[in-house]
Amino acid sequence: MKNATETVELPEHYPVSLKVNGQAYNLKLQPWVSLLDALRDHLQLKGTKKGCDHGQCGACTVLVNGKRINSCLTMAVMKDGEEITTIEGLAKGDELHPLQKAFIEHDAFQCGYCTPGQICSAVGLLNEGKANSLEEVKELMSGNICRCGAYTHINSAIMQVKGETGNE
Amino acid sequence: MNSFSYHRAAHPVEAVKDVNNQSDAKFVAGGTNLFDLMKLNIEKPSHLTDINRLDLGKIEVLPNNGLRLGALVTNAATAWNKDVEENYPLLSQAILAGASPQLRNMATNGGNTLQRTRCYYFYDLATPCNKREPGTGCSAINGFNRIHAILGTSETCIATHPSDMCVALMALDAKVNVTGVNGERTIDFADFHRLPGDTPHLDNHLEHGDLITSIDLPADHFKTNVAYLKLRDRQSYAFALVSVAAALKMEGNVIQDVSVALGGVAHKPWRDRQAEEQLKGQSATAAGFREFAETVLSGARGFGHNTFKIELAKRAIVRALTMALKNESTILSDLSKA
Repeated sequence: MKNATETVELPEHYPVSLKVNGQAYNLKLQPWVSLLDALRDHLQLKGTKKGCDHGQCGACTVLVNGKRINSCLTMAVMKDGEEITTIEGLAKGDELHPLQKAFIEHDAFQCGYCTPGQICSAVGLLNEGKANSLEEVKELMSGNICRCGAYTHINSAIMQVKGETGNE
Repeated sequence: MNSFSYHRAAHPVEAVKDVNNQSDAKFVAGGTNLFDLMKLNIEKPSHLTDINRLDLGKIEVLPNNGLRLGALVTNAATAWNKDVEENYPLLSQAILAGASPQLRNMATNGGNTLQRTRCYYFYDLATPCNKREPGTGCSAINGFNRIHAILGTSETCIATHPSDMCVALMALDAKVNVTGVNGERTIDFADFHRLPGDTPHLDNHLEHGDLITSIDLPADHFKTNVAYLKLRDRQSYAFALVSVAAALKMEGNVIQDVSVALGGVAHKPWRDRQAEEQLKGQSATAAGFREFAETVLSGARGFGHNTFKIELAKRAIVRALTMALKNESTILSDLSKA
């Protein structure tokens, strides 16, 4: 334990290279900067949302090397050299990602705050290829909370894209 | 969160040395539990040693045909590993019953064993907690203790261990391989976690600087007739009130071998080997399972809100053993058939 009167030297900034949505960024970050805060506050990518900041709500879900994780519970410095995809990186130019289209088509949101996390999580779910039924989609989307309760439409949107991608 | 310094280790020996340099340094792998607790100022390490780049990320078959799970393999990769799915389905089921897909993609096998309790009072800095601040008292014993332990409790702590994976590892007689300042050693899973006793601040028998490198599963051990049953307040993404990892080895209707571990009921995954011995050689019957459950819970003590867990655990044991007998699973792969 450090004495309160002792001068505390703050740790250095660490070099962190991230490839976010295909673009390389070289940052210098203190070690406690979460990946979420790095994306939002250092790279100004505000699409990824901070909900609970404790891994319980899923609003901060992003893809790291294609796998969905909670960006609030990882420090950016730990992801040095990794490839991150956020909601901003899913569309190809003006062409929306199939899940983005399906979410609009199925009215799969109300307030929209959880939506970037829901969509990134659904992308991760399809990448995993383990959900073979509506029940399994529900179970494997349980890390994303929607307080508006748009679950039925979210599930419909995911089921539609799952069908389209032949992931049955 | 308190400030901390950071080092990315390249080799286990270097990692161990780095943590040993400071008394309050910690390893970080997935970070899912550690960062949660650091944000709440419950964990306050001054230094973190990042072990993610160590070569501990493989699952490999051992010369004795057992399976070695690297400490850094994620829970998701473990649950969906072909060897694990085929030969240790109980472990797959248990892992998939825990946390969320995002967390399972981050959390590692080593870290899962080191999860800290989800006792409300451990999380509440405004209340006494012997686990968080030794000697301050236990707020749960006379407080809201619906989620708390009924077995192996002490006057100082009635917290439970939150892991699902560990319940299966307990039932499967896993071993934990550790490297530390004094070299390497192997710990039987049954001896890995502690009961609270008068040192509830200690969750396990690791020393400062001990690094889990892998977890070994014995060969040909409960490949069929297994079930992981998890009872909780909602169907998904919640900690167990009671969970049961049940495994049987049958010959006809006669029980050749049996292993039953309980989660959500004690400071560590709970197993009663004497009771298991009594079940061996018997025919598999509901009455026999109930008698077994009575024996396992014979020393249980409720604290008011959690007293319901005693009967719940008994019924869960009977149901899990019945499911194991029929080789039914509750988790994921069978959801669609439900």
